[in-house]
Amino acid sequence: MSGNGASRLQEIEAKVLAEGRLSGEDGLALLQVTNLPWLGFLADTVRRRKRPEREVTYVVGRIINYTNVCWVKCTFCAFYRLPGHQEGYVLSREEIFQKIQDAVDHGGTEVLFQGGLNPALKIDYFEEIFRAIRRRFPVHIHGLSPAELIYLAKISRLSLRETLLRLKSAGLGTIPGGGAEILVDDVRQAISPLKDTVEEWLDCMRTAHQVGIPSSATMMFGSVETAAQRVEHLLRLRSLQDETGGFTAFVAWNFQPDGTDLKGKRASAFDYLRTVAVARLMLDNFGNIQASWLTQGPKVAQIALHYGVNDLGSTIFEERVVSAGGTKFMASREEIERVIADAGYTPRVRNTRYEILR
Amino acid sequence: MEALFARTGLADLYEKVVQGERLSYDDGLRLYRTPELTAVGALANVVRERMNGDATYYVRNLHINYTNICNKLCKFCSFYAPPGDPRGYVLTPDDIVARLAEHRDHVIREIHMVAGINPKLPYQYYLDILRSVRAARPEAQIKAFTMIELAQIARAAKKPLGDVLEDLKGAGLACVPGGGAEVFSDRVHEELFRAKLDNEGWFQVAREVHRAGLRSNATMLYGHIETVEEKVKHLLHIRELQDETKGFQCFVPLAFDPARTELEHIPVTTGQQNLREIAIARLLLDNFPHIKAFWIMITPQIAQLALWYGADDLDGTVSHYEITHALGTASHHQALSHQELLDLISEAGRVPVERDALYNVIPEQLAVGGQQSAKGSVSLRVLSSSS
Repeated sequence: MSGNGASRLQEIEAKVLAEGRLSGEDGLALLQVTNLPWLGFLADTVRRRKRPEREVTYVVGRIINYTNVCWVKCTFCAFYRLPGHQEGYVLSREEIFQKIQDAVDHGGTEVLFQGGLNPALKIDYFEEIFRAIRRRFPVHIHGLSPAELIYLAKISRLSLRETLLRLKSAGLGTIPGGGAEILVDDVRQAISPLKDTVEEWLDCMRTAHQVGIPSSATMMFGSVETAAQRVEHLLRLRSLQDETGGFTAFVAWNFQPDGTDLKGKRASAFDYLRTVAVARLMLDNFGNIQASWLTQGPKVAQIALHYGVNDLGSTIFEERVVSAGGTKFMASREEIERVIADAGYTPRVRNTRYEILR
Repeated sequence: MEALFARTGLADLYEKVVQGERLSYDDGLRLYRTPELTAVGALANVVRERMNGDATYYVRNLHINYTNICNKLCKFCSFYAPPGDPRGYVLTPDDIVARLAEHRDHVIREIHMVAGINPKLPYQYYLDILRSVRAARPEAQIKAFTMIELAQIARAAKKPLGDVLEDLKGAGLACVPGGGAEVFSDRVHEELFRAKLDNEGWFQVAREVHRAGLRSNATMLYGHIETVEEKVKHLLHIRELQDETKGFQCFVPLAFDPARTELEHIPVTTGQQNLREIAIARLLLDNFPHIKAFWIMITPQIAQLALWYGADDLDGTVSHYEITHALGTASHHQALSHQELLDLISEAGRVPVERDALYNVIPEQLAVGGQQSAKGSVSLRVLSSSS
């Protein structure tokens, strides 16, 4: 921070303190900042405005990776198996119920239902399983990212809107924002050429929000994108949020290279905190920023609480997608609460709609 | 930034730090008690940048733990085997030379040698291992023997410590690490490491080490049963000795790892604790040139962040570190490659500076040459999850 750089950042600081909206250029300037405590201070200013209580929330839930069969071949993914591969699986109803029972026994209120683009699973499969889950368990179904939904609509010969309405009436409560990766077509073309385009992803979220299904939003950074493309991603989310108000939270995670075709380096903790802080600053219309415990581990996730994060996501019983890329951090309720309290916040349990339960 | 300190109620401390005023015992307590980690980090960063700018020191080093046999039975230790235990080992001078030979293709500038208190080892053994290491790697400096070991060596030698230190220097000892300080509190000493050299004893040895012209580090083991008050007293006690001798190079906060110790019920330290200890050390120890983030204990991720919370030293590439993760554990990296270390530092916007054990800067041409020769060598990263 010297010369013009310093005064530029002072300008941004003044803008943040005056509750002004940051521009893409501001975001780009912030992504070059190395003075980490300063950035943390700024992000925390916004976080306090949004969440004045000294509280950090989390949800008790369980991820169910119902299938690993997927034909999209994203180069950053170590989880999928192509249709016909002998390691491909679809969980049986009994397996799914068992896992949910397990979660409910541990006080779980959320099931994150996420898998791959499996040509064998059409809308009746999801309607049936969602209804069956809702009949048996008092849980909220948070499931199916846009890539899964778009594909599901296509192979079921339904419009996206129709698909979403049917899933909603079968019990789908909210949609996870996965698969956003970086919302810039050049980047998507490079890392997941067969997956939905930026417009398709945004349109799916827009439609979901319009029919009353809120969603979260994500960003997978640290693969091939530039800083400017990260900013572009954030601006696209912000503008859709202006339009619909349907995003509940934002979560950033870094690309997990092990076992993927894309390979490469893992983004550093420094890069993670800087990115999450810039997201808090840019996404001024998002109520919640969530840490990625799964990819960052408890130590760095805790520090992120000082960089704009006010939520630690879900307890983790079992997760297969990110773990396939070489990272495994389990999160028990005790550990989550200890980490929150140690950072000077009161731990609070929330539901998937970010309402405080206790 | 001013607004940050105003908001957190630490504006007066910011004033003091900017003016270069010495912080008091009560200031130390406030730094431990405030929930505002960012403010504590930003304060420490003021001192860090005033003393060391963007420089981040590291060393290409190798650790040798010559014996795990120890009669001190400290409750926080998972490394030791009591005398008579079948897990006990002693490396002979030849074993050590063989271990060094495994690293013959790597640049090594510092060899860090510490171990248990093994009463069976004769005085000659210590001189022999120093001489063997020096003969095998004459270009590397030997940093060896905690104050506790030095007291034991003097006991084995049946000579005054001052004479012993001269002998050790003659055999190749270049400087002394700071381990074994734990926390200077009679209560903690009684509870956790009763058999070990007491607090006053540690200071006596450190004083003699400095008097003999050897520089040393100092440490504090945190994250077990110590209180905030005990930690502040520990730091101020060390600051006082540094005022007197000026013999300390670097302070290293050591995070307690409860796995497989008698204190296993204590949870592992958090990232916030790790960064706070580094920051407070930087703020209270205004007469220490360097504060180290020892990544092996706090993870490379937290060590990288620590470069903005007061730390200006990342230790090194550390091959074969065995103390806090006695064989079989999955909780620590064994080593970082030279390139990984450089990347950690530069990605955090700091400038890597290669040093030797005495903090002499390695001229860049040499550093780059060494880097090339180390290229292609396999990183010894064995296990990578963190606890």
